[in-house]
Amino acid sequence: MSTKIQTNKKGFNFGSALLTTLIYILLTIVAVIVLFPIIWIVGSSFGESTGLANATPIPTNPTIMHYKELLTETKFSLWYWNTLKIALINMVLSVFLSTSAAYVFSRFKFKGKKFGMIAMLVLQMFPSFMGMIAIYILFLNFGLLDNHMGLVLVYAAGQIPFNTWLIKGYLGAVPKALDESAMIDGATKTQIFFKIILPLSKPILTFVALTQFMAPWMDFILPRLLISSNEKKTLAIGLFDLIKGQTNQNFTMFAAGAVLVAVPITILYVWLQKYIIQGVTAGANKG
Amino acid sequence: METAKVTGHEPNLPSNKSKMNPSLPAILSVFIWGLGQVVNKQYIKGLFFFLIQILVVAIEVFTGHYNALSEGFYLRENGGFFLKGFWGLVTLGTQPRTMGITGLTEGDHSIVLLINGIIALIFISILIGIYYWNIKDAYKVRKKLNETQTIQTSREYIRDLWDGMFEFIVLIPSIVMLTLISLMPIIFGVLIAFTDYNKFHLPPTKLVTWVGFENFVNLFSLPIWTHTFTGVFVWTFVWAILSTVTCFFGGLFMAVVVNSSRVKGKKFWRTIYILPWAIPSMISLLVFKTLFNGQFGPISQFLVNIGLTDERIGWFTDSHHPNIARATIIVINLWLGFPYFMALMTGVMTSLDKEIYEAAKIDGASKAQEFWKITFPLVLASTAPLLIMSFASNFNNFNVIYFLTEGGPSNPNYQFAGSTDILITWIYKLTLDNRMYNMASVMSILIFLVIGSISAWNFTRTKQFKEEEF
Repeated sequence: MSTKIQTNKKGFNFGSALLTTLIYILLTIVAVIVLFPIIWIVGSSFGESTGLANATPIPTNPTIMHYKELLTETKFSLWYWNTLKIALINMVLSVFLSTSAAYVFSRFKFKGKKFGMIAMLVLQMFPSFMGMIAIYILFLNFGLLDNHMGLVLVYAAGQIPFNTWLIKGYLGAVPKALDESAMIDGATKTQIFFKIILPLSKPILTFVALTQFMAPWMDFILPRLLISSNEKKTLAIGLFDLIKGQTNQNFTMFAAGAVLVAVPITILYVWLQKYIIQGVTAGANKG
Repeated sequence: METAKVTGHEPNLPSNKSKMNPSLPAILSVFIWGLGQVVNKQYIKGLFFFLIQILVVAIEVFTGHYNALSEGFYLRENGGFFLKGFWGLVTLGTQPRTMGITGLTEGDHSIVLLINGIIALIFISILIGIYYWNIKDAYKVRKKLNETQTIQTSREYIRDLWDGMFEFIVLIPSIVMLTLISLMPIIFGVLIAFTDYNKFHLPPTKLVTWVGFENFVNLFSLPIWTHTFTGVFVWTFVWAILSTVTCFFGGLFMAVVVNSSRVKGKKFWRTIYILPWAIPSMISLLVFKTLFNGQFGPISQFLVNIGLTDERIGWFTDSHHPNIARATIIVINLWLGFPYFMALMTGVMTSLDKEIYEAAKIDGASKAQEFWKITFPLVLASTAPLLIMSFASNFNNFNVIYFLTEGGPSNPNYQFAGSTDILITWIYKLTLDNRMYNMASVMSILIFLVIGSISAWNFTRTKQFKEEEF
């Protein structure tokens, strides 16, 4: 079943043809299993009925009724906007904080450097849950509950250690001679950061930016804890609440919402696949 | 300290005869911050340290009630930010608020006191750092003065400091955020494990007290806790291992099949198979939750329709057969997880050196041998760290469990947990639904020990660790 070598071409070979057919059957079965839930949810979102029981993968009379319902009867568009806003701010803030920290850690020697790196490594090993009550009470005191900025702060801060290590690992492979010669030419540390380091680390920054952008779309626990009003909900909470419990009365509305969220993100992911795989591999080498 | 550059204007140097013992300015700085620096003729630096000391005292005085000392000094009534913070951390309050006719009376809120105490403690550790710097600086400068007869003026010192400050200025926002939003909550989380903070001791009407290791002892001695913990812990491991292994081999298998020379349209197939990874996992999980809904879901219905089962299967709700739910979760997780490994391994396999295969072929290796002796070991070697990371993240995979089953089916023998609950979802339930904060915290510490040792071990094997000057 192996890969690299071309099979020897001795004309028609029955066993070989059978194997090829089997492989294609296998590929098709897996493709069906992979695609079925996707087609089913898309089909349901265009279906006529509202309940889960009558949902079908291929609707007989397609309608966009559920999309209209979703946009008029719930605050879906507001949730969408909230999530987009949080995702964008989080992305910019995280990329800035972790890149600048990684630059400093990778290029300079200073007191407490080793301590700082190890502290960050240890920090990221605690389950993020552990401090949630403390964050809740802290935000209660600072008036950051039910506030999007509060969420962004937690997202951005929580990922600093991991991302800093990741980017630092990447920068370690970028030759120091580049910024050293720039420094001899009289460039300041800030200039080196913006003119040399940032452009060179584009692949890893794309990965960090993408993961930071994605996090708020799918994170459930934190907004559940920190956000209380319906207007400030993020999509994860909004969608989850639509199909809470066993009855699933709003199932088709959920289906429509799921499609609206999944389509742009899936496209983004498939488009930026290359960077994601690079980033994940780099993360592994980082440890 | 940086080497002092001998500049044009040297301050009046003490003559060789009057060498001062460097301990003297250091001792002066112990009592009044910056005094040693003044003796060393570094006035601005001295002023800087002195102002910090003034600031600390001012914060303490203005946040406390030092104007009402007529009845003597009590930490609870008179203490400021630092002293009362300490008091709160140690006692966790002495007077609960009680319900009076006009509402709640004044009193202590143990958890607020605990958090303020931690913040005060963090500040104090920073201040101790500055204090130590202040003493050491006084000693070192004088020692150097005695040896080399040169002294750095404050201005030079500030310029040197500024040059070296770039790193710290850049790091300050990250440090502040990490301290408040990661470090402080983690310290809080660890400390809670040593208190009785739960639904029976909820502030503000009850006080929380320190109980030492009682919660840890309870976890391993009270049968109901021990039973739940063992059950959940074992399932967490089984889940983490099975979910990682199935996805790893599922991904490997599909990567090999698609990579086979017999398959045409590789890009087409790969794009299809990558979809489960690209679709936001929470959405796919909620879709599966409805697909496998016992009462109305299409899968149960389909099985009944084709006559395979007599009645609908309650995939996630059958408490008599919890293993159905467990197996279903692992299968669904395979759908979600195999594309990730497939994508990685495809990358690894295309980068493998083709000459090895040529050589193997000349030596007469069969296809199976090629795979097991060459492809598999090489792929395993380059994905092993990811395998371990994947294990660690599955160990804490809240989303899969919570969105599919919410921990169910219910298990009457468990304390606040269902049959598919893993540690992290159990903690979630203990915290948000049942307010057993102390036990949740004990569990978090145990998770940290497991994940922490795995990650640390994994990390020591990485390139960055071995080569790094870090």
